[in-house]
Amino acid sequence: MSNNSDAYWRANIRLILKLLAIWFVVPFLGGIVFVDVLNEFRFGGYKLGFWIAQQGSIYLFVVLIFIYARQMTKLDEIFSGKDSADTRSTEEQIK
Amino acid sequence: MELRTLTYLVVGFTFLVYVVIAVWARVDSTKEFYVAGGSINPVANGMATAADWMSAASFISMAGLIGFSYQGYGGSVFLLGWTGGYVLLATCLAPYLRKYGKYTVPEFIGERYYSKAARMVAVACLIIASLTYVIGQMKGIGVAFSRFLEVGYEQGLLIGMVIVFFYAVLGGMKGITYTQIAQYTVLIFAYTIPAIFISIQLTGNPFPQLGLGSTLLSDGTYLLDKLDLVLTDIGFKEYTTTARLSTLNMFFYTMSLMIGTAGLPHVIIRFFTVPSVKDARVSAGWALVFIAILYTTAPAIAGMVRLNLTNTIEPTPGNYLAYAERPQWFKNWETTGLLQFEDKNADGLIQYSADDATNEMVKIDNDILVLASPEIAKLPNWVIALVAAGGLAAALSTAAGLLLAISSAISHDMLKGVLRPNISERGELNASRVVMGFTVLSAGYLGFDPPDFAAGTVALAFGLAASSLFPALMLGIFYKRMNTAGAVSGMLAGIGVTLFYVFQHSGIMFVKETAFLGSMSPNWFFGIEPNAFGAVGALVNFAVAIVVCRYTAEPPEHVLALVDRIRSPN
Repeated sequence: MSNNSDAYWRANIRLILKLLAIWFVVPFLGGIVFVDVLNEFRFGGYKLGFWIAQQGSIYLFVVLIFIYARQMTKLDEIFSGKDSADTRSTEEQIK
Repeated sequence: MELRTLTYLVVGFTFLVYVVIAVWARVDSTKEFYVAGGSINPVANGMATAADWMSAASFISMAGLIGFSYQGYGGSVFLLGWTGGYVLLATCLAPYLRKYGKYTVPEFIGERYYSKAARMVAVACLIIASLTYVIGQMKGIGVAFSRFLEVGYEQGLLIGMVIVFFYAVLGGMKGITYTQIAQYTVLIFAYTIPAIFISIQLTGNPFPQLGLGSTLLSDGTYLLDKLDLVLTDIGFKEYTTTARLSTLNMFFYTMSLMIGTAGLPHVIIRFFTVPSVKDARVSAGWALVFIAILYTTAPAIAGMVRLNLTNTIEPTPGNYLAYAERPQWFKNWETTGLLQFEDKNADGLIQYSADDATNEMVKIDNDILVLASPEIAKLPNWVIALVAAGGLAAALSTAAGLLLAISSAISHDMLKGVLRPNISERGELNASRVVMGFTVLSAGYLGFDPPDFAAGTVALAFGLAASSLFPALMLGIFYKRMNTAGAVSGMLAGIGVTLFYVFQHSGIMFVKETAFLGSMSPNWFFGIEPNAFGAVGALVNFAVAIVVCRYTAEPPEHVLALVDRIRSPN
């Protein structure tokens, strides 16, 4: 693997780890493990922990995926050195 | 117009649309048949993925499970598990598998682990997981038909099979994708319209997601506070705080469903249909947007209908509804057997409570909650007809996606990959159509006489996907050193412990007589129930794979090059 691809892959891993940390903390800690603590707080008519488990986490998941897609598009542009639209599968490019 | 006529019209119209799409989208190459030529717009693919993913279980059963069996908060495992998996899919699997650029999940496993045996293990997992899942859909189709069109369960199933057969065999992935887009539209309207009406009736807020957190129009208290109060009054546990078994169990349950979601082949192959890697990432986001619309509405329906139902039976504490004055929907659902009343103290009044000795609502089936919601809220007949069409759309779309995953595994991975590598493209296409037809027939046959295991399918399908396919795919992409011996032994160990735990009490392939460990508590492993065991199986898989791989030879050069290729930006 060239240095360039190596750097791209490391940047990708860093991004994934950051996003998956949020993906883990909010639903699993906020919505399950510490739900009773958070339920002491209110979010409108919802108990906060209950809201995180039944509503908030789902919205968060959507946001996380779009952040990943956007950041990766940027990385693609930086590292590929050519037009980012050209991300056909390797096999198609070889042909 | 009479409900039955209206239902026939609405359902008939949606079926006509599906068939027209199928004829328009018919295909003549294997690439189009398996992955729709890799030409689907990412937003459209997101919508099709959503329809593919949301089955009869999501549409008909989930809100009822949350509202009744899992007592409110406990039902969060489904909401979190069946959405959170998409984050894993979007970041850890879909883009790289799209980059790989071929047609099936076993194909990737076979090439990455340079082993036909690995490919066949993957095929076996895929078939077992998908087939058990598809039986559930067939049953959903039969039930929806028999309830709403007043034809027999068998006739209903037969009609459903003919429709699926027609568009799946003719159009392959392309036909399925465009039909699924139509089906998503039908099912999302069918799900949200009753919810919006109910939310307005109870809270005045047209968004069910906000309505659940709003105050009631009737007495100004918060809806969820009222629900807690009403339910604890009649002996149930608090709706907003009652966990499913234990915190640990909820943790593993949620994790299993997430990992399982990311590892289910019929979901993964949807991301092979978009034009580029970038599109695969974006498409996962759109899929989750479309799924989230239903999944954030479901808990609102659950809470609101539970409150509605309880209030109907006991309008004020100690003031019970007389059986003779029960509303029409109550009678309708009594005739289906899904709702049962037994006047235990013979006072002619309906007492509903958590105490088995005095509770007179002896049966409230989970499935009633969504299907009866329009009637309980006194909505017009066209809404009820729409809900019928929505339930059918959900079941048909998922069945078609699963059938394609199964038939591609058989025709592409087994036939072309191993048995007859020299088969021509035309020959393979014809073979995949025959296999597809055969798969529809066998799924239908199993649907006519569902084996005992319909109820256990969730545990099995998700357990297999989570404990075998997901770790093998993850390691294949993220751990370059992973080799055949590691991956195969990991998969077998993962499936092994999961099947052991699932079958110990319910019997091998759910044949009761073969249950072993009969005297132990079913949840003996730290109180984790079988449905939640996939995550443990996945951990075992990862651990075994990594240890075995350390002591065996490195993968060959061309495989390392393959991993580099799927990781690189272009």
